[in-house]
Amino acid sequence: MTDSASPAITLKDLGKTFAGAQPVRALDRLNLQVKRGVVTGLIGPDGAGKTTLMRLAAGLLLPDEGEIRVLGQDMRDASLAVQSHIGYMPQRFGLYEDLTVQENLDLYAELQGVPEEEHAARHRELMHMTGLAPFTARLAGRLSGGMKQKLGLACTLLSSPELLLLDEPTVGVDPVSRRELWAIVYRLVKEQHMSVLLSTAYLDEAERCDDVILLHEGKLLGQQAPQAFSTPMQGRVWEVSAALGKRRLQQQLDLNPAVLDALTEGRKVRVVTCDAGTTPETLVAGLPEARIEAVTPRFEDAFIALLQHDIHKPPAVDTTPTTAIDRDEAVIQVQELSRRFGDFIAVNKVSFEVRRGEIFGLLGANGAGKSTTFRMLCGLLPVSSGHVSVAGVDLRKAAAKARARIGYMAQRFSLYGNLSVQENLNFFASAYGLSGNTKRERIALALEDFELTSYRETAAITLPLGFKQRLALAAALMHRPDILFLDEPTSGVDPLARREFWWHINALAESGVTVLVTTHFMDEANYCDRLVIMADGEVLAEDSPENLREHFRTAGETEASMEDAFIALIERHKQEAAA
Amino acid sequence: MPQPASQLSRRRLAGMVRKESLQILRDPSSIAIAFVLPVVMLFLFGYGVSLDAKDVRIGFVIESPDSETSDIRAAFGQSDYFEPVVFHTIQAAEQAMREHDIDGIVWMQSDFSHRLHAGLGAPLGVIVNGVDANQGRITEGYILGAWQTWLTHYTERRGLPKAFPITLEQRVWFNPAVNSRDFLVPGLVAVIMTLIGALLTAMVVAREWERGTMEALLVTPIHIRELLMGKLVPYFVLGMGGMLLTVAMAVWQFDVPLRGSFLVLLVASALFMLVALAMGLLISIVAKNQFVAGQVAIIVTFLPAFILSGFIFDINSMPWAIQLLTHLIPARYFVSILQTVFLAGNVWPVILPNAAALLLMAFVFLMLVRRKASKRLE
Repeated sequence: MTDSASPAITLKDLGKTFAGAQPVRALDRLNLQVKRGVVTGLIGPDGAGKTTLMRLAAGLLLPDEGEIRVLGQDMRDASLAVQSHIGYMPQRFGLYEDLTVQENLDLYAELQGVPEEEHAARHRELMHMTGLAPFTARLAGRLSGGMKQKLGLACTLLSSPELLLLDEPTVGVDPVSRRELWAIVYRLVKEQHMSVLLSTAYLDEAERCDDVILLHEGKLLGQQAPQAFSTPMQGRVWEVSAALGKRRLQQQLDLNPAVLDALTEGRKVRVVTCDAGTTPETLVAGLPEARIEAVTPRFEDAFIALLQHDIHKPPAVDTTPTTAIDRDEAVIQVQELSRRFGDFIAVNKVSFEVRRGEIFGLLGANGAGKSTTFRMLCGLLPVSSGHVSVAGVDLRKAAAKARARIGYMAQRFSLYGNLSVQENLNFFASAYGLSGNTKRERIALALEDFELTSYRETAAITLPLGFKQRLALAAALMHRPDILFLDEPTSGVDPLARREFWWHINALAESGVTVLVTTHFMDEANYCDRLVIMADGEVLAEDSPENLREHFRTAGETEASMEDAFIALIERHKQEAAA
Repeated sequence: MPQPASQLSRRRLAGMVRKESLQILRDPSSIAIAFVLPVVMLFLFGYGVSLDAKDVRIGFVIESPDSETSDIRAAFGQSDYFEPVVFHTIQAAEQAMREHDIDGIVWMQSDFSHRLHAGLGAPLGVIVNGVDANQGRITEGYILGAWQTWLTHYTERRGLPKAFPITLEQRVWFNPAVNSRDFLVPGLVAVIMTLIGALLTAMVVAREWERGTMEALLVTPIHIRELLMGKLVPYFVLGMGGMLLTVAMAVWQFDVPLRGSFLVLLVASALFMLVALAMGLLISIVAKNQFVAGQVAIIVTFLPAFILSGFIFDINSMPWAIQLLTHLIPARYFVSILQTVFLAGNVWPVILPNAAALLLMAFVFLMLVRRKASKRLE
């Protein structure tokens, strides 16, 4: 039925536009091929057209122009036939949460026409591969994020497809589950010669692919092996350390016009220069006790270099605090904090302290208890037992009083989509009790600081993602809180917007604002001064990211990555729980 | 090897039906809409809502009480429909009417008995609260009826010649007790089935879009006809279940007579169920989130079934434009059949054309669904 000599996917002048008040050109005359028997990564910032391409390949959308062939068949007229030979996992895994694991598998087996006699054997094999065997009677809605992802994958694999399409399969999933998914994918490619197309927003995952397609605004920026992307970056990537606070150092390097990108990595700052001609001496000029060494480029460095025209560096602002800040003062104190929902203990005797002007992180997988802890700290959820004080106020007694000093930015930015930027700011200013001149001044300042002036009259929903993020942050800061709570602020946001966001957060922390942040991006942990890692409602570790990375370093390596440290901690915890 | 995708597969269909049935059983809101809501509505309409006027408070203004005026008052007092309240001045009665204490006034002036005896023609003043036009008209009719009854007795007692050479021999057919419950409860079957067929179906399909499961479903080799059938079959069964529950309660709990045959009722209900389901599926193809699907289903299916079907409001007394519009409402045909089968019996000249209209509508809507439904996202 399918032509096994042809590439897995072939695009010829493929174009797709979504009609609307402002038509969106999702894909623009793409020509490319996805090879058989390898893992191809589909990478690109938000709005690059990754999901549209996935859906075209799955036969869910028709191209406006050009053609798309999957397994040698034209998707215009053979999509039903092709669908018998592909597996597709959409972004939220496509599971029925009110059906059990077994019922989900049975449904997809029947829909994919898996012969009944093969059913049981295939089932056993997949359950073994995904480690879901003990949970077959559990409702899919009660599984953890990582387990859902594996079940979603198992459901697409029932009929042993020739081509597997995975649309951002690792979003919002903890590092341990991510690693397991990759292991399964590689096993499939090796044992069954499966072809895999996988889209991802994690740039480190690009390096695990055999071939990478880099998309930007519907156009192809390049397609080659990930190493081929990073090799030309040789001589442009450096690691700098100096006798400065890590945020100061990062800020100073970032302001250097020769620097394209500066990222905090443990105690050092990783620098990508604008061109290969920049000497290390010019980079560290003026930095005290500076040390610099060349490092091997990564895919992410190439990604940043290719998209450099879209990088937005906020203007330099003076972050020197107006009054002296006592950075030893504990602003948030948490002692033996617990939260129970019926029999279930979501948070179990958690204790930590956050000091003024610190960026403090809560890291953990879905269901680790970090969101519950976070909500109790904001006064959104009553505590079951233990003590919490925020800005010196006991939350059990005076939550409202503490809230006046807190700024809060929720996941997915709580903005009013059909109100303009100005109207949103007006609303949030009034909601925080500002009026008259103070309100006008604050709004004017916010528009200026976050460079939103030219978007004043634009409805929030039509703003580009990075601007939405700026607006949400501006709104949360309207009342000049001295504590800022950020709940998964960069979830679903592409690497460029994430960099810009952290630039603002770093500047706030420098000026003395205390920031508490939850995240599942391990590399973002590097921005934190200190952090706790949570699992099963308990704190596994509380330390600085540098110390954690040092602690979990394996012999021969200079430093473990944050992800390695996280996985090591989780595994140690599992062993202890088993013992 | 997977089987060829072009043919319909019984296994894929069975898989879909099983999945849908499990979801219905596990979702409390489906059960609530299919079984709890019908019971609540039946009790509401069976006991709570009545289009009859009962115990209407009437003010009697008797300026000079004597045997004649108390005789009239007594004639009103005997009736189930009135609850007489006596006043001595018209001002007091008017005040009570303004305060909504009474709904009508019967006024006998001080010379009432005198003029009656003298044969001068005694005026009986009647004032009715017309804010609720329907209730006002019913009250007015009752007052006239009570007055005529009294007049007949009066002339007989006095041996006077009858005031009217013709007497009215009234007989009410099909609902001899003129009980509005017997007429409302059968119509409720249509409303409840619309709720299950259109509202529930539109919402559950929209839920699949919202949760991203539809996307996964569409990429499997499932044929679009199997997908549609997989949705139709379980909700057809559920809707017929709701229908049977309603009919059983109507007959045994509310003593509504079922004069026609049960089989005719079953066939007509099955036809109507197909129309409702097809409308629900059509809505869910357009509206891909539960809120919009629910709102659209209520506005285009549930409310018309309530207001424009003849369930409560008589279609013949609507303006002609609205009457024309009611022909587009499937519930209209079904309510006609229901009221006929329950109260009159198997009256084929009523049942057949209405059933034909339902059949045509089911066909048209199902064709529309088939044409609009596609395995693509746009």
